[in-house]
Amino acid sequence: MDQTTLNIIVVGASFALYFGIAIWARAGSTSEFYAAGRGVHPVLNGMATAADWMSAASFISMAGLIAFVGYTNSSFLMGWTGGYVLMAMLLAPYLRKFGKFTVPEFIGDRYYSTTARVVAVICLIVISVTYVIGQMTGAGVAVSRFLEVDARTGLYIASATVFVYAVLGGMKGITYTQVAQYCVLIVAYTIPAVFISLQLTGNPIPGLGLFSTHTGTGEPLLVTLNGLLDDLGFNSYTTSTNPWLMALFTLSLMIGTAGLPHVIIRFFTVPKVADARWSAGWALVFIALLYLTAPAVGAMARLNITTTMWPEGVEGQAVAVDELPDWFQTWSVTGLLKVEDKNGDGRIQYYNDGNADMQALAAERGWQGNELVTFNRDILVLANPEIAQLPGWVIALIAAGGLAAALSTAAGLLLAISSAISHDLIKSTLNPGISEKGELLAARISMAGAIALATYLGLNPPGFAAQTVALAFGLAAASLFPALMMGIFSKRINSAGATWGMLAGLIVTCLYLFTYLGWFFIPGTNMLENTASNYLFGIPPTHFGPIGALLNFIVAYAVSNATQEPPQEIQDLVESVRIPRGAGGATGH
Amino acid sequence: MADKSSANAYWAANKRIITISLVIWFFCSFGFGIILRPLIAGIGIGGTDLGFWFAQQGSILVFILLIFNYARYMNSLDREHGVDEQ
Repeated sequence: MDQTTLNIIVVGASFALYFGIAIWARAGSTSEFYAAGRGVHPVLNGMATAADWMSAASFISMAGLIAFVGYTNSSFLMGWTGGYVLMAMLLAPYLRKFGKFTVPEFIGDRYYSTTARVVAVICLIVISVTYVIGQMTGAGVAVSRFLEVDARTGLYIASATVFVYAVLGGMKGITYTQVAQYCVLIVAYTIPAVFISLQLTGNPIPGLGLFSTHTGTGEPLLVTLNGLLDDLGFNSYTTSTNPWLMALFTLSLMIGTAGLPHVIIRFFTVPKVADARWSAGWALVFIALLYLTAPAVGAMARLNITTTMWPEGVEGQAVAVDELPDWFQTWSVTGLLKVEDKNGDGRIQYYNDGNADMQALAAERGWQGNELVTFNRDILVLANPEIAQLPGWVIALIAAGGLAAALSTAAGLLLAISSAISHDLIKSTLNPGISEKGELLAARISMAGAIALATYLGLNPPGFAAQTVALAFGLAAASLFPALMMGIFSKRINSAGATWGMLAGLIVTCLYLFTYLGWFFIPGTNMLENTASNYLFGIPPTHFGPIGALLNFIVAYAVSNATQEPPQEIQDLVESVRIPRGAGGATGH
Repeated sequence: MADKSSANAYWAANKRIITISLVIWFFCSFGFGIILRPLIAGIGIGGTDLGFWFAQQGSILVFILLIFNYARYMNSLDREHGVDEQ
């Protein structure tokens, strides 16, 4: 059986599983559609949250981000997990106690203002729509690469799959498919990692293998890797560059994570406040299973690639063109990998040609530049089974795993968008008299509309696809997180304070991003070149989230103190979200 | 919530454990993992230094412990103050 048939069987089986769950977990009421009837076990919710959270970026890109930069990109590891500590202690339990369905709903009620609610809806939609584009294109690419259809067809297949279980089941269907998707993605990620760790270190646990002895050299794995990279003129794998920028970026990812609405709403699905606290812990356990493995995958893959290119060691001959492993051929077709024998010696020299010492050595040995011209970092995880020469079914599993990661995140985001439209805009602002049945229908139509929009944007990605993740995290950090946290921890913050605070955070963050990345990310419209010397206090646009958040806090505090304190019933509301008693099921909507 | 002083004590205890947790959270990630890394550079682990381990794995393990500890502490604090869900 050829690889494509095998891929179709494995991916098809996983899709059939998701459809089966969707039919079993149909939503019959708005409570089920928005919050899975608040009956999800905290451990299962932890699994669903992990799948909801871990997107194509975590599954496919993160190991590569670490592999080609090393220590400095540990920011992603700490940032994308540390946010859960903030969420578990500062947001999740109180918002579960509040007992409503959406994030803007809390903001609207707590700040007794439709304006605040609408501002929150705008923040939510901007954050979630930008985030979902990447998921749809990622899923489309994965479908087309592994099932050998073109990227458009791939995207349609992915959209149709999400459509079936998200429109039918709402949060209930999404929750249980996410549980299944978590299992698929974690198995797919772990199996190749275990084999590679065994090959390189003899340790079956990749996270431990990273700090073990390399069987080939008898030295620790990281020492071996650092030695090779140093010989080839690359930066050391374990050295830090600018610790303050790294800390700021980590903080940006942490606060952004805690403020992402599609993750927050997952904690509305558990039966009790106490469960919301446990569930955050379980979510992080399930996330950590992948996040503790990812740095090992990164380092080991970097080592594997380097030794593939230099089979006799750096002092010896480089790999001959006709001795390159088969996966070079497979991936060259996609354009993500490219070699070019510049000096025509029939061998491929891989080294850092930007390094002055290496240029001298290259001149001496007759090299004419780095010949591994392109190596897209996303290949790393996708080609991992091939690099480690694992059987075909493992490759098929990676395909199913990558799709599970992209689809589960897309579904969570689409639910956040559609519930903001049907519940916050239609039900509460435009047509308060709508019946339960009418709202459920509106929720389904909004979901279908959101999927259509995401598909359209996936097919015609705006020129800013690469910047969108920075935008989503920066905005979540600067707008929603401070408004939610202050709403719980301060009784003094009033409607004007919160609204102006959110607007200040949102607008200033957008302006800062637009200044360097172009107005609405249209290339060429940026006012300053995106280089370090232009940055305000040396802060890159991707690191701006905490500054926006700080501004939000300051404006909200100043405006609130200059205006009237919130009415007594709002202060009582704050008192009541602080204690778990009386949460029960969904209340008054 | 029966009386006001119990409510205040409950909320003060919550804020105290959050503060303690976040101090640990800060020291294990931003501290040992990034800024204070040179301070603990002398402690080796698997071919590199302890700060590298904190940045790639240690901080995540500490985060998990912090959340479970918080959940355990708060769920019993709820019962102590009679504000748990029945």
